[in-house]
Amino acid sequence: MAKEVQRVKLSLWERLFFPTLINGFKVTLGHFLSFKKSKVYEHKNKTNKFKTTLNYPEELWSVPEGFRGAPYLVNDQDGSTKCVSCQLCEFVCPPKAIRITPPGIDGEDAHREGAEKMPEDFEINMLRCIFCGFCEEVCPEQAIFLAKDYYEGYNEKLMNRDYALTGSNREEMVFHKDKLLERGGTHHDRIKKWEKKTQDAKEQESFPVTMAEKNIND
Amino acid sequence: MAEETQTEAPAVVETMVVKVDGREVEVPKLTEDWQGNLVPTTVLQACKHAGNEIPHYCYHPKLPVAGNCRMCLVHVGMPGRLGPDGKPPTNEDGSLKIDPMVLPYERQTPKGVIGCATNLVPGMEIYASSPETKQMREAVLESLLINHPLDCPICDQAGECKLQEYSSEHGQSESSFAEYKVHKPKKVNLGPRIILDAERCVLCTRCIRFSRDIADDDALGIVNRGSYNTISTFLDTPFDNNYTLNTVDLCPVGALTSKDFRFQMRVWFLKETRSLCSSCGTGCNTLIGSRENTMYRYEPRENNAVNGPWMCDSGRLNYKWIGREDRLSEVTGASGWATAIIEISAKLEEAQPGSVAIIGGARQTNEELYLLKKLANKLEAITDSAPRSGQGDNLLCCPDKNPNSAGSRLIGIANEDLGSRFAEIAQGIEAGTITSLIVFGDDVTKHGIDETLLDKLDLLVVSDILPNATTSKAHYLLPGCAHTEKRGTFTSVKGQVQKFMKALDGPGNARPEWEFLHELAENTTGQNGFSTIEGLFNQMAEEVEAFKDKELTWASLGNEGVTVEI
Repeated sequence: MAKEVQRVKLSLWERLFFPTLINGFKVTLGHFLSFKKSKVYEHKNKTNKFKTTLNYPEELWSVPEGFRGAPYLVNDQDGSTKCVSCQLCEFVCPPKAIRITPPGIDGEDAHREGAEKMPEDFEINMLRCIFCGFCEEVCPEQAIFLAKDYYEGYNEKLMNRDYALTGSNREEMVFHKDKLLERGGTHHDRIKKWEKKTQDAKEQESFPVTMAEKNIND
Repeated sequence: MAEETQTEAPAVVETMVVKVDGREVEVPKLTEDWQGNLVPTTVLQACKHAGNEIPHYCYHPKLPVAGNCRMCLVHVGMPGRLGPDGKPPTNEDGSLKIDPMVLPYERQTPKGVIGCATNLVPGMEIYASSPETKQMREAVLESLLINHPLDCPICDQAGECKLQEYSSEHGQSESSFAEYKVHKPKKVNLGPRIILDAERCVLCTRCIRFSRDIADDDALGIVNRGSYNTISTFLDTPFDNNYTLNTVDLCPVGALTSKDFRFQMRVWFLKETRSLCSSCGTGCNTLIGSRENTMYRYEPRENNAVNGPWMCDSGRLNYKWIGREDRLSEVTGASGWATAIIEISAKLEEAQPGSVAIIGGARQTNEELYLLKKLANKLEAITDSAPRSGQGDNLLCCPDKNPNSAGSRLIGIANEDLGSRFAEIAQGIEAGTITSLIVFGDDVTKHGIDETLLDKLDLLVVSDILPNATTSKAHYLLPGCAHTEKRGTFTSVKGQVQKFMKALDGPGNARPEWEFLHELAENTTGQNGFSTIEGLFNQMAEEVEAFKDKELTWASLGNEGVTVEI
């Protein structure tokens, strides 16, 4: 049987909306006259000691450590696309926001020699994305990251990054490969496994019987 | 092959008892080998009976045993050597003494045997899950991974790769191999449909054995020595027989991959649907791999009564037409399905008996041909199917390129000689005795009923999948569905009635033919039918003699079908 909840009987004074309204004004006024700085805006408010609010968007909020912003693709330091279109992020994405078009056999050659594969298109529907970070976690190539850059000053271009994810229609909110790569920027790849592999293969003593002349690209 | 041995096999199967993981299991003494001959049962098969599948790469039930990957190493215990009295050593209680196998020169080290090529011995004990066996597997797997490139993110086999599966079960997270890996040729064009990545190969030789023993084209071999071992074709001979893509299925790793499927889609996204190949009369069982209404590949589905685990390349790659842009998707001649069916039924009801001819293509399903036959009986129509012939071979390809010509004969649409009544129909149209023509899935202009004859008709109802000369002349064009887009049954040339399932949705307003044929038949004949495929099939099975003899029902067809007398 459902439990019956006893409601507190309110007096006439409490049932009027004036007291709550006045309470609200008190809070606003309290902040307005406050001399305490907010911890969150501390960094931005070095110059103005008494300010508790930000002049957004001219002033930007400093993103705390571990903030999970929008997922973007990254290039390595040589400017090559790191994604190899393995589609693990597409598989793991809980709201199915990611959609990858694999290159097929006739697709563009991967930027990095030996990596063989690169996505023809990479879509992230930012309206669907729940910023869980599974894609970053699952990526075997370290090619996708949730942006959490720290901004120095206002930059119109950078304004569109992470927490200020805006758009005026649905199509605009589906980010394609080029846009994702542009916003993702460069990630410093310390291992460079494909380059290392190709280098090792070249340095290897000659292979006894090779079939290089029958390579698929010929 | 398989059928013969089934009939020859003794009624009572001789069995023996062995112990797997300490549990006694009764297994048959003899098991069929790849050719269907009865040979002694092996350790691997006994473990399978016991429900403990031993990992393996080179062993395949339909290929000769090679025993070269060593993955199926297991630790076993054997009865001791016969004593001076001619009897094996026994325990104190009189039972047979079983000694775990050890190395002869190092008696504290357990010795493994390869499960795929070791015959069972009465009393044998198989320690399939013991720590010794696990250690052997780990060591073998580590050695197989020595030169493996570990490029799973770009490998098409990822997701259905035995190397991945066994690595997660028996592998180690780090390799103790500190030296440089040997780099082998990558992206090698082995043939018109196959790409070889030699680095990923574990040299199980399944592809070599398949080409040599099944496809009868001894095209592949291993070149170089030691860690430079590589699969190769001989000199510049291309690997281009009609069965090459089976090596892609056989390859337990990503060494041999299909060009057609290369970088198209990751396998874990593909929905598998049981279907049939419609490219010839053999009726190979297939699995359709599709994602979101796009078909990516056919794979053979094992059915020993029809195709075994194989299928031909030409059939496997013959699916591109299903997604073609110019597929028929709209009803023409009427404003929509409802009006088209009503108008056609009204015209057929008015038609004089004998003035209608029906062409039921042998690419239609049994159910559709049965409904067409029902219509023909009512209208006293002359019926036929168009023949399609092509090249056949000794393995799977059939010269009859219709998937259901046997069904057409059994149901009575066509006689023994497909297309023999076309001349009669053409004469009838010429003479004006035949004024209405219903065509399903055939281009009649290629079979003697040309466009000028079609112009003479009062009513031409055409249902097809792709546009052709006949569909362009149709008064009513009813867009149909490919076999991947509907359910139904085909009868193979050997009389195997098999069903297939729906994997995709038809384009636009296209509907499965049996659905609207059912409405048409109901309107015209006035008899009630079944609006489900199960009911329709069961009704047909009661009326068609050959199906009735076997008491066929949709359920009794199962996944592998039933053979009927043809």
